[in-house]
Amino acid sequence: MARAISTRRKIGFTILAWGIGLVIFFPILWTFLTSFKPEGQAIAIPPRFFDFDWTLANYETVQSRSNYFRHFSNSVISAVGSTLLGLLIAIPAAWAMAFSPTKRTKDVLMWMLSTKMLPAVGVLVPIYLIFRDLRLLDTHLGIIVVLTMINLPIIIWMLFTYFKEIPVDILEAARMDGASLRQEVVHVLTPMAVPGIASTLLLNIILAWNEAFWTLNLTTTNAAPLTAFIASYSSPEGLFWAKLSAASMMAIAPILIMGWFSQKQLVRGLTFGAVK
Amino acid sequence: MATAQTQTAARFMMAPAVLLLLAWMIIPLSMTLYFSFQRYNLLMPGMEYFTGFDNYRYFFANPNFWAALTNTLVLVGGVLAITLIGGTLLALLLDQPMFGQGIVRLLVIAPFFVMPTVSALVWKNMLMHPVNGFFAWLARVFGFQPIDWFAQFPMFSIIMIVAWQWLPFATLILLTALQSLDEEQREAAGMDGAGPLSLFFYIILPHIARALTVVMLIQTIFLLSIFAEILVTTNGGPGVATTNLTFLIYMQSLLQFDVGLASAGGIVAVILANIVAIFLLRIVGKNLEA
Repeated sequence: MARAISTRRKIGFTILAWGIGLVIFFPILWTFLTSFKPEGQAIAIPPRFFDFDWTLANYETVQSRSNYFRHFSNSVISAVGSTLLGLLIAIPAAWAMAFSPTKRTKDVLMWMLSTKMLPAVGVLVPIYLIFRDLRLLDTHLGIIVVLTMINLPIIIWMLFTYFKEIPVDILEAARMDGASLRQEVVHVLTPMAVPGIASTLLLNIILAWNEAFWTLNLTTTNAAPLTAFIASYSSPEGLFWAKLSAASMMAIAPILIMGWFSQKQLVRGLTFGAVK
Repeated sequence: MATAQTQTAARFMMAPAVLLLLAWMIIPLSMTLYFSFQRYNLLMPGMEYFTGFDNYRYFFANPNFWAALTNTLVLVGGVLAITLIGGTLLALLLDQPMFGQGIVRLLVIAPFFVMPTVSALVWKNMLMHPVNGFFAWLARVFGFQPIDWFAQFPMFSIIMIVAWQWLPFATLILLTALQSLDEEQREAAGMDGAGPLSLFFYIILPHIARALTVVMLIQTIFLLSIFAEILVTTNGGPGVATTNLTFLIYMQSLLQFDVGLASAGGIVAVILANIVAIFLLRIVGKNLEA
């Protein structure tokens, strides 16, 4: 009897949750479907859900016409580049703070976090002028530098919370056995730190990929990533929804898939360890 | 001896990160502060001079500033209200036993990974278009007049788009907090005859209160600088109906080239964000055992 009620409850929750989940997901699903429609059917009223002439033409057009691949590779270069550079700077710092903490470590960490809270628009003008004078506007290097700096606090914090969980006893045992600092890092720390580093890498590629304030303001053509590429679809008033959808799907698909795999790390990374 | 050596090594390992962040913070910020006291327009190079607080006076005297400030508060407040309430309800729902829980979670979290320019354009065109949009069709099916969203309710439209992007974030974090709730505590309350409402207000809500605060503060930091969504949908209009502080400063600096005035605005934005940041840092700091 009790089981029957709980099964009925379970089915009720299932229907409700799936309904809400599909409503929330609908804009993405709709974009996905529209990207396979001919332009005429994309704006059809009543809307066509599945009964349209499926086509890949939009994807072909977007690729051939608007340099999708250049923007895609710009996104890859800036997201991956800034994440790797960030890790290179952050790993030693987080390692030092996790394993040789001092009285000031907490203050340093808090201060680093506080730099993340600086609103971008507060430093837009000077960064723009400095970049103009150094000829970094619209260059990969410029975007990589900016993305590295804005995400560095998050990278350090995430790594710090992961490194904190590595048992210190093992490090001390290695030290007792006469391991040098280099050996300690290469043979003891690295294998245990790799999962944490991988999660950090994943989350930061997502954040860098979707960053839109700096990429929109500091790039025009050469280094413009997908955020800017999509924004360029906003100007003409024509109804090219199928092409917009195809371009959108290509811009979000890689990151959506990566994001689905990194849900747990997302919570930890974006709340700076305050919610685990 | 060994510890002194490790300390030195530690200092060297931290140096690049600390120095870079220090430079990143101090150099541009002090330049913004300096420019904010200068009459400085990029269209008139070589004509800069010190003006004291004039830029601040102009900035505060500009009716657009007060409109932008109000818009910023409405935008942040509206999105927070939707995401916090909606996120709590959704997290409670997703915490229940059901079939295919993992897949529903994937569906709910997906919008968070969509880049801002994509979600804004998809909503603006395919959903909210007054003639061919999906919502317009829905309205007609139910016998209503379709709404021209960005003309009639521009700010509300932006709030909807941004709330759609941030609802997954709130849900995911609140769900994580919910799942750490002690099952026994819940059962004990149930045995004492607590109904679902009192269970929520006396057990669940206090348990997720901290997560709620964290979500609120982090979102506020990001929401204060909403930019791309406005740029690709309304461009701040109609008039200044959807111009927030970030967008106003963007227009003054990169479109009107008034560096001095924009810098004064930038400093105001920094001060506003700092007020929020202080509270967030205090909460995060309490949780940190370094």
